[in-house]
Amino acid sequence: MSTEISERPDGMAAPADPNEPFLVVENLTVKFPTHDGLVQAVSDLSYSVERGKTLGIVGESGSGKSVSSMAVLGLHDPKHTRLSGSIHVDGFEVIGAAEDRMRKIRGNSVAMIFQDALTALHPFYSIGDQISEGYRIHHKVSKGEAKKRAIEMLDRVGIPQPNRRVDDYPHQFSGGMRQRAMIAMALVNDPQLLIADEPTTALDVTVQAQILDLLQDLQREFNSAVIIITHDLGVVAEMADQTMVMYAGRAVEYGATREILTHPEMPYSWGLLASIPEVGGDANARLIPIPGTPPSLLNPPTGCAFHPRCPHVDKVPGDLCRTTLPDLVPGERGENHVKRCHLPNPGEIYKEEILPEIAPDLIDPSTGEMIPELAAVDPNDI
Amino acid sequence: MSTVTNADVERAPEHSGAPSGDPLLEVRDLTKYFPVKSGGVVRRTVAHVQAVDGVSFSLRKGESLGLVGESGCGKTTTGRLITRLYDPTSGAINFEGTDISGLTRRQMMPIRSEIQMIFQDPYSSLNPRHTVGTIVGTPLRVHKMVPEKKVLPRVQELLEVVGLNPEHYNRYPSEFSGGQRQRIGIARALALQPKLLVADEPVSALDVSIQAQVVNLLKDVQEEFGIAFLFIAHDLAVVRHFCPDVAVMYLGKIVEIGDRETIFEHPHHPYTQALLSAAPDVKQAAVGGRRERIRLEGDVPSPINPPSGCRFRTRCWMAQEICAKQEPPLMQIGKKHKVACHFAGEYGQQPDRPVTAGLLGVDDQGNPDGGVAPVQDLHNAPGFADTWFDLNTKSVTPS
Repeated sequence: MSTEISERPDGMAAPADPNEPFLVVENLTVKFPTHDGLVQAVSDLSYSVERGKTLGIVGESGSGKSVSSMAVLGLHDPKHTRLSGSIHVDGFEVIGAAEDRMRKIRGNSVAMIFQDALTALHPFYSIGDQISEGYRIHHKVSKGEAKKRAIEMLDRVGIPQPNRRVDDYPHQFSGGMRQRAMIAMALVNDPQLLIADEPTTALDVTVQAQILDLLQDLQREFNSAVIIITHDLGVVAEMADQTMVMYAGRAVEYGATREILTHPEMPYSWGLLASIPEVGGDANARLIPIPGTPPSLLNPPTGCAFHPRCPHVDKVPGDLCRTTLPDLVPGERGENHVKRCHLPNPGEIYKEEILPEIAPDLIDPSTGEMIPELAAVDPNDI
Repeated sequence: MSTVTNADVERAPEHSGAPSGDPLLEVRDLTKYFPVKSGGVVRRTVAHVQAVDGVSFSLRKGESLGLVGESGCGKTTTGRLITRLYDPTSGAINFEGTDISGLTRRQMMPIRSEIQMIFQDPYSSLNPRHTVGTIVGTPLRVHKMVPEKKVLPRVQELLEVVGLNPEHYNRYPSEFSGGQRQRIGIARALALQPKLLVADEPVSALDVSIQAQVVNLLKDVQEEFGIAFLFIAHDLAVVRHFCPDVAVMYLGKIVEIGDRETIFEHPHHPYTQALLSAAPDVKQAAVGGRRERIRLEGDVPSPINPPSGCRFRTRCWMAQEICAKQEPPLMQIGKKHKVACHFAGEYGQQPDRPVTAGLLGVDDQGNPDGGVAPVQDLHNAPGFADTWFDLNTKSVTPS
C-alpha cells in the first residue's frame, strides 16, 4: 500500500486502479477478549465488492456476518477488539487508520443501514435534523440548504409530504417509514458503498418488498456497491449478484448467487436451503432441519466447525472433518465458486440425495437429471 | 362413589362430549376495541383502536388454521381473545359448544387447561428465576393434573417429547439456546394436554436452521395428540407448510379465508395477491430470475380511524367509488373460499364492474339502487355454507 493512496481518506477521487473492486477485504480476523476467553468472531475472511454490484452475506446469528461489516466502517472499539488483515475501501486501508480519517469516510463514501430503525434513530432529534447532520459534516452548506437536501432525500425514499414530515420525530413514523428515513440518512452523501445489515428483518412482507425495490432503484441510479447482510435466503435470491455463506466466523461458500442457490456444494448451504419452506413448494413435504445448534465461538469445534451438525461426515475418508479445517478452495464447478468442505463429490451428493428431497420438482422424472434451466446455470455468470 | 363404571371414568376427560365433525372452536363476530385515553387527570376515552372488528371463523378438532397478516392487523389480539387473555368487546367464542367470551375468571379455570398458548419470544415468555422443572410443572400443579409425587416424572416425559434432555429439568432458561427455549415453551403448553393450541409466531424469533426443527416438532405434536392449532404468523411459507386452512387479516378484519390450495394458488383478494407476490422465493429467483412484484403504496392505515368502506382501498390499485361507500361483505365464492372484495377475481382477471353490487342492492358506484333488493344471506357466519355465490353467473349456486 503506497502512502500516496492512503492519503485520500475521503475516497472521493478516482482510485489508482479503476479495475480494482471498491471494497477489498483480505484475511480479516476479528477477536474480542471477554471474561470467559477470546472470542474469535471472524476468522480469515476475504471478499470484494465491485461498484454497481451487490454482495449478500448469509448466516445464522453469531456467524460473524455483522461483525465483519462493522469492521469495514471501523465501528469496533479498538480497546476491546483485536483486528488483523486488511480492508481496502477504494484503495484506502481502514484497519489501523486514525479516527479522524475514518470519520471522513463514515457516512460519506461508506454508509450503513441498521436492522432496528427505532434504536438506530435518536428519539430527541427530528428526522430532518438527523438526516441533515451527516450532510453538513461532509459538505460546507448552511442549515437551510441541508434541510432542503433532507426533504429531497425523504421524497426520494418515498415518504409522503416530505416538507411536513421532515420536522417529525422518529416516534411519529411507522416502522416502514423509519426504515426509509434511515435509508435516506445513509444515502444523503451519495455513498459508493452501502452496507445494509438486516435492512428488512423487522418489517412486514409488503413493506419489505417496497424497501428492497427502493434499494435496487437507488443502486441503479448511483452505481453504488451494496452489501446486504441477512439470514433470509429469499432476500439474497432477489437482491444479490454474489453470495457468501458464513458459518462460525468463516466463509464456507462464496460465488455467484444463482450458482450458490442452484449448485451449492457445502452441506451447511444444503441445510439452509432444505430447512426453509417455500411459498411454491410441496406443502406436505417435511422440512429437513439442520440438527443441533450453532457452535460457541469461545470454544469452536476442531477441524471443520460444521462437522458436529453435518450429516455427511461419514462420506469423507478418515477423520479429516474432525481434525483438519478445510480450505476455501474452488469446487467442481470452476474458479469462481469456492467452498470450505472435505467432501470429494459434493455435486453428485447434491444431485442424488439433496435435490430429490428439497426440490423434487427441479428433477426431470424421466431421466433423473436436473431440469435444463438448473443444469444450464453458468458458475462464472454474475 | 362405587357406582362409577369404567365407561364413566373413560368419558370423564372428554368434557361435554362434542361429537366429532362439530367445530371445536367457533368464533362469531369477535370484536375488540382498545380505548385510547386522553392525558390529564380525568383520563377520558377519546377514541378506540379497532384491533379486531367482527372476525368469524371455525376450527375443527385436530385441524389447524393459519392467521396471516402484517403487524397491527389484529392477528395476535385475536389469539389472545381466544385464550381470554383479553376480554372481547363483543362477539362469541364457542369452545366445544360453550360460549366462553363472558365467563368469569373462576368459570374459565377448567377451560384454560384445554386452550394453551405458545408465545413468540422464547426469551421473555419464560421466568428467568424458575428452573425448567418449575416452569413446565406449574400448570400440572395449578390444575392438579397429577399428584405432587408424579409431577417430576411427567415433566421429564414432556421434556423428552419436545426433544430436550429430561435430566435438564434443574437448569434455568438462560442455560438454553433460543430454539431450546421455544421447546420449553411448547412443553409447558403441552403439559395440560390441551385440545387447542394458539401459537403466536412460534418460530419467527428463531434462526432459519432452528425454525425447521420447531415446525417439525409442532407437526409431530399435532399428529400424536390430535391438537387443533390456531397458527398465527406473518411468514406465508411457514403457514402454508403448517396449515390446511388459512385466513388473511387486514386491519382487524378477515379479508380472505379458505383452504391452502385456494389461498395460495387462486387468491381472489388483492391484498392476498400482494402479500404472496411480496414474499421472496428462493427457488423462483434461482431458476427463473425475478418475478414482478405487486407494489403496494404506503403503510397500513391507523386502526383508530380506519378508512370507510373497504379498509384496504387506500392501498389498493383497483379501488373505485363503491369501495369507499360500501364495505364489501365476506362472501362465500367457493366450496371452501370466502373473500371480501367488490372486485374479487384472480390477479389480472378481476372484473371491471363490482360483483357485489347486486348482492348489496346498490349500483356500480355504491349508491343505493331502489330497483334491486339486497340479498339478506350475507351474514358473517363462521365456517362454510353448502351454497355459495358464483362469480361467473353472479347467482347463488347450490353445491
